[in-house]
Amino acid sequence: MATVIDRRSPKDYATDAAPWWCPGCGDFAVLRALQMAAADLNLDPARTVLVAGIGCSGKIGDYFRSYSVHVVHGRTMPVATGIKLANRDLTVIAAGGDGDGYGIGLNHFIHAARRNVDITYIVMDNKVYGLTKGQTSPTTHLGSRTTSAPTGAIDRPITPLRMALVAGVTYLAQGFSGDPKHLARLIKGAIQHKGFALVNVYSPCVTYNKINTYDWYKERLVNLDDDESYDPGNWQAALNTVIDKDDLVTGLIYRATDVPTYEELLPGYRPEPIAAQELQRDPAEWAKILAEFA
Amino acid sequence: MRSELTWMVGGQQGEGIESTGYVLSAGLNRLGYHIYGYRTFSSRIKGGHTNFRIRIATRRVLANSDHVDVLIAFDRDSVRRNAAQLTPGAVVVIDDEEAHPQLPEAGDGVRVLGVPLTGIARDVGGVIMKNMVGAGASAALLGLPVDAFDDLIAERFGSKGEKVVEANRRAFRAGYERLAGQAACSDLRLEAGDGRRRYTMTGDDAAGFGALVGGCRLIAAYPITPASDIMHWLVPKLPQFGGVVVQTEDEIAAITLAVGAGYAGVRAMTATSGPGFSLMMEALGYAGMIEAPVVIVDVQRAGPSTGMPTKHEQSDLFEMLYGSHGDLPRIVLAPATAEECFYGAAEAFNLAERYQTPVILAMDLAVGLAIQTVDDLDFSRVKIDRGLVAAPEELGPEDADFKRYRFTDSGISPRSLPGMPGGLHLATGLEHDETGHITEDRRNRVRMTDKRLRKFQSVELNDAIPPVTFDGPEAPDLLLLGWGSTYGPLAEARERLERQGASVAHGHIRLLEPLPAGVLASRIAQARRVVVVENNARGQLARLLRQEIGTADKDRLHSVLKYDGTPFLPSEIMRECEAML
Ligand SMILES: Cc1ncc(C[n+]2csc(CCOP(=O)(O)OP(=O)(O)O)c2C)c(N)n1
Ligand code: SF4
Repeated sequence: MATVIDRRSPKDYATDAAPWWCPGCGDFAVLRALQMAAADLNLDPARTVLVAGIGCSGKIGDYFRSYSVHVVHGRTMPVATGIKLANRDLTVIAAGGDGDGYGIGLNHFIHAARRNVDITYIVMDNKVYGLTKGQTSPTTHLGSRTTSAPTGAIDRPITPLRMALVAGVTYLAQGFSGDPKHLARLIKGAIQHKGFALVNVYSPCVTYNKINTYDWYKERLVNLDDDESYDPGNWQAALNTVIDKDDLVTGLIYRATDVPTYEELLPGYRPEPIAAQELQRDPAEWAKILAEFA
Repeated sequence: MRSELTWMVGGQQGEGIESTGYVLSAGLNRLGYHIYGYRTFSSRIKGGHTNFRIRIATRRVLANSDHVDVLIAFDRDSVRRNAAQLTPGAVVVIDDEEAHPQLPEAGDGVRVLGVPLTGIARDVGGVIMKNMVGAGASAALLGLPVDAFDDLIAERFGSKGEKVVEANRRAFRAGYERLAGQAACSDLRLEAGDGRRRYTMTGDDAAGFGALVGGCRLIAAYPITPASDIMHWLVPKLPQFGGVVVQTEDEIAAITLAVGAGYAGVRAMTATSGPGFSLMMEALGYAGMIEAPVVIVDVQRAGPSTGMPTKHEQSDLFEMLYGSHGDLPRIVLAPATAEECFYGAAEAFNLAERYQTPVILAMDLAVGLAIQTVDDLDFSRVKIDRGLVAAPEELGPEDADFKRYRFTDSGISPRSLPGMPGGLHLATGLEHDETGHITEDRRNRVRMTDKRLRKFQSVELNDAIPPVTFDGPEAPDLLLLGWGSTYGPLAEARERLERQGASVAHGHIRLLEPLPAGVLASRIAQARRVVVVENNARGQLARLLRQEIGTADKDRLHSVLKYDGTPFLPSEIMRECEAML
């Protein structure tokens, strides 16, 4: 049986694998923040599943100690949904890059948001495709030079915060790898939130993105959590704010507590996990169904 | 008196033509007849010709017949389109005020009766019940007892209230009375059915039912003809057993959601047809790589691309066997009848968990949508085997990595499921070591690949769905081979040829991967000629056999192919055989 551990420290959520990210990569801070949030919540690693995407960012799955699933490119959302529905007692956290979530996996992201399954999604947004060596990503700024657009990107970028609000996320926060403590608080809130939570993280790629650097963000980011007048319960205000600030905000942007989760709406969904069900049943039950074909 | 005949109803799509067929088939079933019902329809909701044919017999039938004996036509188009199948002596009942309208398109020797089906329906309560009038008229022609339908109508319309039930009964009886005692058609009457309790279901229904009994508690699917009925069947049922149905945004989400649930310990499936199956290819490989159980049903339709969505074909075999990149293990199981769809679906979940791998249930439109008589289902034959799951003592101390992919002789390693302390590991589609950690070590790569492929050296199946069956002599002049829904037409062709004195055997393959190559090779070697019968243009099974059995000499292995969107008729197979015997 499991030993009950009262307090865990962030170190308890580290695997033996040494992260292979480039020195200075923003993803280190995301890993640290996740470990801090997990320690703060004293998450049981055996009851936590991290679903990671493909990309530099997706490597986080190899470094965070929990049950860990490294999926195919872009499919964190449906895999995480399947795991959560199978065992609602688990804490399910997904993490991946902006290409993974807003490019190849965009469709799933929108649908996960509108379903409001109780999972947390952390996007490590470096505005570039890191692992494949610096191509344009869906969040690359217009005019940024990338390996696939050497004269500057011409596709207008996706705006994840606006899109998430419109898709119906019930918890929306944005963090910055330059401030892991703040990020940890946002991730903690996301995990505690009942429903679908998105934490978009500005996580600089020091190798391929020479524009959106730590300094670039530091000069521009406004922390909404420091603004007492800001009300994260107001959807319209949240939308106006991210538009006005051109997405350059951090903190809790929006939270709704009155939207039922997918689990609450699923017909016949039981309080005990489906995974714990006994499957061999009395044949008399099946005979009753067979009679419907007579 | 007939021991067998074929009845058809035809009309415009969207007018509820099918309900005539459903009422009649349910009634025939209760009276103890065997039926095989096949709908012809197109990808259009309102308008366009549709028909529903039911072959009725006092013995088991699993194929369409060559001819139509009774046609209930709600329009002249239905007569024109189906005239070629009307035998001399057939009866056409046309929705017409005239008792004997001029209908030259019906052909010579066909008896035409005008019955104002719509008019009668209007008189008894509403034109919407014209189908019930048609069903009543049919019951009269076939000499069925009218009372047999009273309960059935009540069951079908009970939820809509007593008034609706009464109106429909009136409509049925009015149609019945109009043609009862038609002395001129008395030759169409059926011998009495044996009254035994049997069941009618489609393969899609049966696969849904089999999945439920086999322990499936989650289906994630995206609608597609002809597979949607599997999800439809499970929608009201799964919640009663604590399961869930998720209609996903696409097929990629469907399969990955099911893989996630399977990884977490729930028996999960998806059901699709060609276009959706193609979208699932990458995730199929992923399931194989992380050794997660998942069941994928492919109810094949005519491809490639959108092809002919409502038409039958068996052309996805190559994709099921070889689809997805890399050396991917998988099991492919092809049920031949509705019964086997039940047992096969149930067994697929055992295989998926026992071998920790994707299992593809290869169905086709004909087996999926045809209404078939099933004698009985034996639930005691469905045993749930959850495969190797690590016991608490096999799990490590809490902070150690669990060797989820431990090298074993069988290639199968005990699973740990999220929630189990001491079972932590990484499940990744990247190549990994025994604990799941990513590695490109050459030695490990070879060992892991071999481990994954080793699991399938032999696959044991529930005896309700054997890997391959043979009927007829062991060393025949002609050995017919097929898979899937061609079972019915092949079995019937073989029996008829045998009655004519020919030496013909029929082998039917259910396990397509891994193929029972040994037994097939020995049977093929003993036959003078081998004919592989399938509904695709490239002879996919024949090519598989040539590849796997190798020795089969080219001149002795022939293909009979049909890929016009319709299933084989037994007579078509017979004609081909007669030319070769
Ligand atoms: C289906 C598929 N297409 C392409 C790839 C190659 N690929 C791997 S990671 C990646 C992009 C990663 O970018 P992002 O998600 O932003 O993550 P980052 O590496 O920047 O963290 C691509 C295109 C793949 N693995 N699978
Ligand atoms: S390439 Fe960029 S995203 Fe990838 S590890 Fe290096 S810094 Fe990080």
